[in-house]
Amino acid sequence: MTFFRQAGAIFWKDILVEFRTKDALTSMLLFGLLVILMFHFAFEPDSLETERYGPGLLWMTFVFAGILGMNRAFAAERENDSLQALKLAPISWGAIFLGKMLANLLFMLLAETAMLACFALFFNFDLLPRLGWMSAITLLGTLGFASVGTILAAVSMNTRMSDVMLPILLLPIALPVVVGAVESTAAIFTDPPGEALGFWVKFLVVFNIIFVTLPLLLFEFILEE
Amino acid sequence: MASSSPVVRLENVEKWFGRTSALAGVNLAVRSGEFLIFLGRNGSGKSTLLRVVARIVKPNCGTVEVCGIDVLRHPEAGRERLGFVAHSSFLYRNLTATENLRFFAALYHLESPADRIREALRWVGLEGSAHRQVQGFSRGMQQRLSIARATLHDPEVLLLDEPFSGLDLEAAELLGAWLEGFVARGKTVLMATHDLEQGLKGARRWAFVERGRIAEEVTTGSDVEARERYKRFLKERRRDVL
Amino acid sequence: MSALATITFTAMLASLYLVFLYAPTETTMGEVQRIFYFHVSSAWTSFLAIFVVFIYSVRFLATRNRDLDTKALSAAEVGAVFSTMVLVSGPLWAKPVWGIWWTWDARLTSAFVLWLIYLGYLTLRRLVESPEQRARLCAVFGVLGAVDAPIVYMSTRWFRTQHPQPVIAGGEGSGLDPQMRLVLYLTFLAFVLLFFYLWRLRCDLERTQEAVESLERQAQLREAS
Repeated sequence: MTFFRQAGAIFWKDILVEFRTKDALTSMLLFGLLVILMFHFAFEPDSLETERYGPGLLWMTFVFAGILGMNRAFAAERENDSLQALKLAPISWGAIFLGKMLANLLFMLLAETAMLACFALFFNFDLLPRLGWMSAITLLGTLGFASVGTILAAVSMNTRMSDVMLPILLLPIALPVVVGAVESTAAIFTDPPGEALGFWVKFLVVFNIIFVTLPLLLFEFILEE
Repeated sequence: MASSSPVVRLENVEKWFGRTSALAGVNLAVRSGEFLIFLGRNGSGKSTLLRVVARIVKPNCGTVEVCGIDVLRHPEAGRERLGFVAHSSFLYRNLTATENLRFFAALYHLESPADRIREALRWVGLEGSAHRQVQGFSRGMQQRLSIARATLHDPEVLLLDEPFSGLDLEAAELLGAWLEGFVARGKTVLMATHDLEQGLKGARRWAFVERGRIAEEVTTGSDVEARERYKRFLKERRRDVL
Repeated sequence: MSALATITFTAMLASLYLVFLYAPTETTMGEVQRIFYFHVSSAWTSFLAIFVVFIYSVRFLATRNRDLDTKALSAAEVGAVFSTMVLVSGPLWAKPVWGIWWTWDARLTSAFVLWLIYLGYLTLRRLVESPEQRARLCAVFGVLGAVDAPIVYMSTRWFRTQHPQPVIAGGEGSGLDPQMRLVLYLTFLAFVLLFFYLWRLRCDLERTQEAVESLERQAQLREAS
């Protein structure tokens, strides 16, 4: 129980810090909007093409903005060397991972909600009737991405070119989550929602189980010196 | 005040990073209530030594015990009894003093944290700034808050790594006085510094660290004498190098 | 060691004979098709290699025995070579036969992602300063990458069912001539031997390097006293 309480303390601290600076949220949101804008000019999709390419474009936007957010994940700790203080505390280091991961997840979800609304607006996506499924898929996809992203952000933080290292490590590992998310999103736009939907949602769940547990177990090895 | 079993004990501790040897066989026993200062040049290994005690650096071999606990096997239990103050404050700039302490109180699972926080702020003289964001603090104030953070959970042993760097004279004197008060309460202090001017007061034991080993120790005399001994020690070493 | 070298050399010679002289010529593709044996063998070997990386990464994290990290690193380097061979031989085969350099079918795509994982591992290796940390971080990434690789393969295969792709060599287990199948398996065997041989070589090289470092350290200490 203390494990979750410790993770909770770190989660709330991250929320509080972000609330003061709004660094991660604003950068993710702005970047996401810029990407959406660029997609419009790059592809100029008509309504049929939007249905075909929409899910892919949407998740690419999420991924790009997400990478930005992940890079900031440990930025605050790096600034004040406060990761040292966390390491010195009598807490399980896995709790540090869980707290940070959930905070990252929350920030990404907030930014994604705004981006989704803009996407639906600009590309005339008929989102409202499918909101329930869309939310579930966004949650599942972002959870996997946030989990892998958080642990790899911790890994990259120890390298010389940490900002560049993160996408190099993250994208290959997160690929299945992106595939699953794109396929699920595409499935809910076919009328009626294809049976592929059930399959890909299950896929996302399995991926999340594996790739939330693994980082939790591996995290302490990253913090040691 | 001093008991027989050591409160910090290192035995044959070695640590190397690839080609460089940071600690080359350290043996140390510190009794409760002692104020021990590690003196040494940059790169001599004093920082690594402190961090091994705090178990954020894992030694390649050797035993480390804090209050009788094998820190290598039970790191969390060991950390409960330690406080660490370093050159960086470990504080979150965008949070207030109180919010910072509240966070650390949660990490150390303290009961009645509000009281402890108030007490800690009063003790380091920062009650007036309890609700100011840390980024507005001077270096001296940050260091004081850092001490409040490190002692919030009432640790047995306080580890300080170059705490005087960057402090002005007044802040340094305040820190020195505070340290003496801390030791007077029966706590143990291990401090690493290469600053000869400040902070040697109050200590009763000085260990000169060189190339990952404790080369010499001074346990008698005043801090003035210890200072002289250390200057002589450095001169001798310089001759060897040349 | 020299026994392994002799066996490997013999096996490679034998496979060369089998591929170029024994195997029948493919009816539609002609002689170019013979690349297929090396292409597929490299691919299977690269997957074997990441599995080896996984085993030794896990064992390293459990025991901190530096020799295990040496084995993991060496397997990653040799695996990267085989992985590169897959990506080079693929287009070499595809262009003359189908007129296209590349196709995003499941196997090539996952081979590409595996190559990216190897590259991430090796880049991480270069960019971390401290040797202890380097070993630990790479072991963590090795575990994540190795678990991810088969999942990537599965997700790209299922992705394919939604978006039909041109498939090189007609998909999995599509009626391979029994003679060809024999040649393929024997070539794969030769490649596996080659992998182990190169792996041993690389491990020995790394161990020598560490011995040098240890001697330098001791010299440093003797200087001090």
